[in-house]
Amino acid sequence: MADASIKKNSDIFVVSPEKLRRQRAAKFIGEGFLLAIASFVAVVVLFIFYFVAVDAVPFFQERGFAEFFTSTGWYPADDPGEFGALAIIYGSAMVTIGSALIAVPLGIAAAICLSDVLPFTVRQYAKPVIEMLAAIPSVAYGFFALVIFAPLLQNFGGTILMWAWWLIAGPFVLLAVIVIADVLAARVATESKERSLRTVLTLLFGIAAIGVLYGVGRTLSAIEILSGTNALNVSIILSFMALPTIVSVSEDSLQAVGRELREGSYALGATRAETIVKTILPAASSGILAAVILGIMRALGETMVVWMASGNSSQIPDPWFNYLESIRTLTATIAGDMGEADQVTGSARYHVLFAMGLLLLIFSFISNFISERIVVRQRKILAGE
Amino acid sequence: MKLMKKLFLFAALLSFAAAGPAQAKDIVMDGSTTVGPVAKSFAAYFTKTTGVQVTVSESGSGNGAKSLINGACDIANMSRAMKDKEVAAAKAKGVDPVQHVVALDGIAVVVHPSNYVSSLKIEQIRDIYIGKVTNWSQVGGPNAKIVVIQRESNSGTQDSFKSLVVGKGNAITKGAETQASNGAVKSRVGSTPAAIGFIGLGFVDDSVKPLVVNGVKPANETVKDGSYPVARPLFMYTNGQPTGNVKKFIELPKTDDGKRMISELGFVNKY
Repeated sequence: MADASIKKNSDIFVVSPEKLRRQRAAKFIGEGFLLAIASFVAVVVLFIFYFVAVDAVPFFQERGFAEFFTSTGWYPADDPGEFGALAIIYGSAMVTIGSALIAVPLGIAAAICLSDVLPFTVRQYAKPVIEMLAAIPSVAYGFFALVIFAPLLQNFGGTILMWAWWLIAGPFVLLAVIVIADVLAARVATESKERSLRTVLTLLFGIAAIGVLYGVGRTLSAIEILSGTNALNVSIILSFMALPTIVSVSEDSLQAVGRELREGSYALGATRAETIVKTILPAASSGILAAVILGIMRALGETMVVWMASGNSSQIPDPWFNYLESIRTLTATIAGDMGEADQVTGSARYHVLFAMGLLLLIFSFISNFISERIVVRQRKILAGE
Repeated sequence: MKLMKKLFLFAALLSFAAAGPAQAKDIVMDGSTTVGPVAKSFAAYFTKTTGVQVTVSESGSGNGAKSLINGACDIANMSRAMKDKEVAAAKAKGVDPVQHVVALDGIAVVVHPSNYVSSLKIEQIRDIYIGKVTNWSQVGGPNAKIVVIQRESNSGTQDSFKSLVVGKGNAITKGAETQASNGAVKSRVGSTPAAIGFIGLGFVDDSVKPLVVNGVKPANETVKDGSYPVARPLFMYTNGQPTGNVKKFIELPKTDDGKRMISELGFVNKY
């Protein structure tokens, strides 16, 4: 009797066996379809890796590893050619690090501003504008860098450096002064004197910091830039190309930090600055890191801008951190040399370009792997494990 | 590019089949990328006026020579004379390479218009390019570090400049900037007061100042009479003295239309 009533009732809710079969079939097909797409992408990546590697191996078989990684002599067209890629690898590293140094602090600061400082209406309009930077084709950036920015750097290089230093480093340094004075005052003084001590310290440090900022700025203004197609030019342009990714993805992950975390922090008496630095940033750190890696990968893999505006000299600058000298990157070398090299398929000159491509692929795999690991670990820490 | 080549061959085969045995034999050209523009412009003109299909591949002078030796082309375009080694290889295969000068290729060494250096010896230019001279004051100019600009290693102009000025066994300084085209070099030199660069004669305009080399001004006339030192002839090679359509094609540089095409492309007429 009971069985019958259950069956009767459940008949209303449970679908008929036939419909269930159809649903299962649909689910199976759907899942299979998605799996196929996902594996297709994975297979494509593997194929690219495989074909680049296949054409890169003959180079190392013929010439070994030593020359490629330790020599700076890059004369591929000579007979016999020289294929030292050290300076070129170094050039790639230089513009990647240079653009990261500019784009990461600016990008994260901008993301924090958009997410937690500026009113919502500003964010509504500012974010799409920043994201639009990503829509500009890279050849347009390259053209700008070569035809407009390089002559500007040559003519007003020192002045541009000075103002860039004041405008970019200035706010960060002054912010640091305020935070340091704040912390020191809280450590040293009693509660009644804390406020006045903080003011005094802020003023003192502030004057010192302004002195340093001004001094460095004056020194920079004396610098003469002979040729505007150099590592600095490319780093600046690349940082603009990496910014939208960093700002947008960081801002998303900052927004994703739960309201209860913010409210909890304020409830404990934290200021807005403390909430941002001690609560929101750590909570969003894995997302921000992913944003940074994505941005840096954009800078490392970018070809057109570096080809047009880096000057393409296969040299290690003197001194090694001199961003005002022309450099050459892996991507630009592949782009620049492919035209002739592919006509003589099978030569070392052809295969060396694949060796460079392989190197780039390996770089991006490693950095993706590392960022993945850090993100996973960060999640565990946040989850309290 | 390999695919492109195959497509080209395929297209050539198709057109051959379409032309049929009634048509005279098509012309196949292979070789230098520097001569390429002339060859292609001639080919289009020749097909239009005679109906004979002309295929132009650009695989570099060396490969052009190889093609001629192997009988894979009727005309080998070369931006240098055939080496003894290549001539010997040809002879061994029963091929008799005959040289025809198509045009002359003058290279202007240019500086920023504000630079008061206006004349250099070819040795001075070489020293600048191999990094022995690094300041304009060393060659009678202002006290400024020289910004050396060259072309990508795949450029024919770069190749000629290296053999004509820098010389075998010398390496261009590692600090030299590399630009991708004649236009890019011109734009960099035109906007960089301390720069030196080299471009095809046809590209010179007011934005840069061409240097007088060894006392000779770069101009069509001085290239033609052989007095300007940074110039070289461009060649087409045939197997034996050409006959029929190939002969007609080879003689295009001597015609008015041929001369017009050559100067439009920025080269200098030989005839």
